[in-house]
Amino acid sequence: MKKFAKVFFMIIVILIIYAPILILAVYSFTDSANIGPIHGFSLNNYKTLFTSTELTEMIAGTVILAFGSAIISTILGTLGALGAFYSKKFPQMGIGAMNQVPVVNADVVTGFSICILLIAVFGIDKSTYLPLVIGHVVLSAPFVYLSVVPKLKQMDNSLYEAAMDLGASSATALRKVIIPQIAPGIVSGFGLAVTLSLDDYFITTYTKPATFDTISTYVVNATKGSQTDIKTALWALSTIIFVIVILVVVVMNLKASIKDKA
Amino acid sequence: MKKLRLNRKHLCIPYSVFLLCFVVAPLLVIIFYAFTNGEGKFSIDNLVGFFTSPNTIGTLFYSLCIAIVTTIVCLLIAYPIAYILARSKIKYKSTVVLIFVIPMWINFTLRITALKEILTIIEGNLAFHPFLNTIIGMTYDFLPFMILPMYTTLLKLDNSLLEAASDLGASPVKTFIKVSLPLSLPGIISGIVMVFLPSMTNYVVLDMLYNSTYIMGSLIGSYFSAYDWHNGSMIALILLIIILVFTLFTNKYEEDDHTGRGGVKI
Repeated sequence: MKKFAKVFFMIIVILIIYAPILILAVYSFTDSANIGPIHGFSLNNYKTLFTSTELTEMIAGTVILAFGSAIISTILGTLGALGAFYSKKFPQMGIGAMNQVPVVNADVVTGFSICILLIAVFGIDKSTYLPLVIGHVVLSAPFVYLSVVPKLKQMDNSLYEAAMDLGASSATALRKVIIPQIAPGIVSGFGLAVTLSLDDYFITTYTKPATFDTISTYVVNATKGSQTDIKTALWALSTIIFVIVILVVVVMNLKASIKDKA
Repeated sequence: MKKLRLNRKHLCIPYSVFLLCFVVAPLLVIIFYAFTNGEGKFSIDNLVGFFTSPNTIGTLFYSLCIAIVTTIVCLLIAYPIAYILARSKIKYKSTVVLIFVIPMWINFTLRITALKEILTIIEGNLAFHPFLNTIIGMTYDFLPFMILPMYTTLLKLDNSLLEAASDLGASPVKTFIKVSLPLSLPGIISGIVMVFLPSMTNYVVLDMLYNSTYIMGSLIGSYFSAYDWHNGSMIALILLIIILVFTLFTNKYEEDDHTGRGGVKI
């Protein structure tokens, strides 16, 4: 009975979490503009999603921004973590403290402060995309740093010494010995950076050029608008993202379980 | 050898410069703007204005209310789930955890759109229950972030301690209060951190659900769009101080585990 109650509670919560997403997924395959009686199967929403240039450009922009800012964040954050690891205690703590600021800070404050600095003080034009990219790197790089640092601490330092003794230059030793050892941290940091950028609304809204939209800012505007074909096309987008997330999770789990068995 | 160490250490220069320029400098600019007036002279008018205007101080209290209630609701739902999952002996435990966490990776604006459609069907006009809907929206948005840290902490809970407590005659309730709960405190604290601060500032949830923006985050935005950077900076600074106090208070309990906020190690 007790066990039944536990399972029942979990199932209820799962149903509540997934119901909205799944119901929209069902309606994305119909031509109804509201949740109500279903009239019939239709792929119109998907057609709009892939043919409307406004939507496709917005999606491409979001993805390019996410991967672009993630690459910059990964390079900066990894170099920072490496350098800080070999620094003395004081600079290391300084970098660690600065790194922590965007992590704990509210994104609204981060976005607002970057915007004020770049636009009010330096007079940089938002339409250059520079504030937007900087904002996203500020958001993501600290998380790359945080996922690389533990790997550096676990690293076997004698391997590096051995490489040096065998005549490798420090750059070669770094590339061939240290980087491979911290690679899992770099990869998960990159993944984090991509997801953070994809999900961001607050920093984007303060730093983006007026004509540019990411999925987040576009959806927020679209829910207030009256264009029903856009609204229902976003149901299709939500369904596609849901499927992609499930696929990525399943593939990564399968990979991990294969690795465990090997 | 000495020269070599110097080389590796210098790798952090680009990142340090970046942090100084785009993390530290913006904060200094905010502090400067918060304490100056339109003519660039030192002034505490913005500070006094914040605490005397019923609009701003009211927003602060309303945001705190939202944040507190959201955090409590999330705790009440997430703790049992994390506890049941961590203690259960089922084979595919990590898969079940993933089911709870997956929504975290779906863009939150799309999830809130979905929630809005469903709530509109159930309630009709969402503006009739603004507070209730805000709490529902925030809980829906932040629940996965709460489950994850609590689950990781509870997973480490040593079973022998619980057995010892019951062998020594403690009732299950007492065992829970005296053993499980204190040991899961770090997870609870990091869960609270993940939910409390975002729900104080996440104005998009309210904005999307029923076009209301009566919350701290949007206050910055309204000053920003009016080009009133001095008052906007003051709000940002006050938020920053709340965050700082909150972080210092919770820091000693928190584990150095940063898998939260959008990231799970799979």
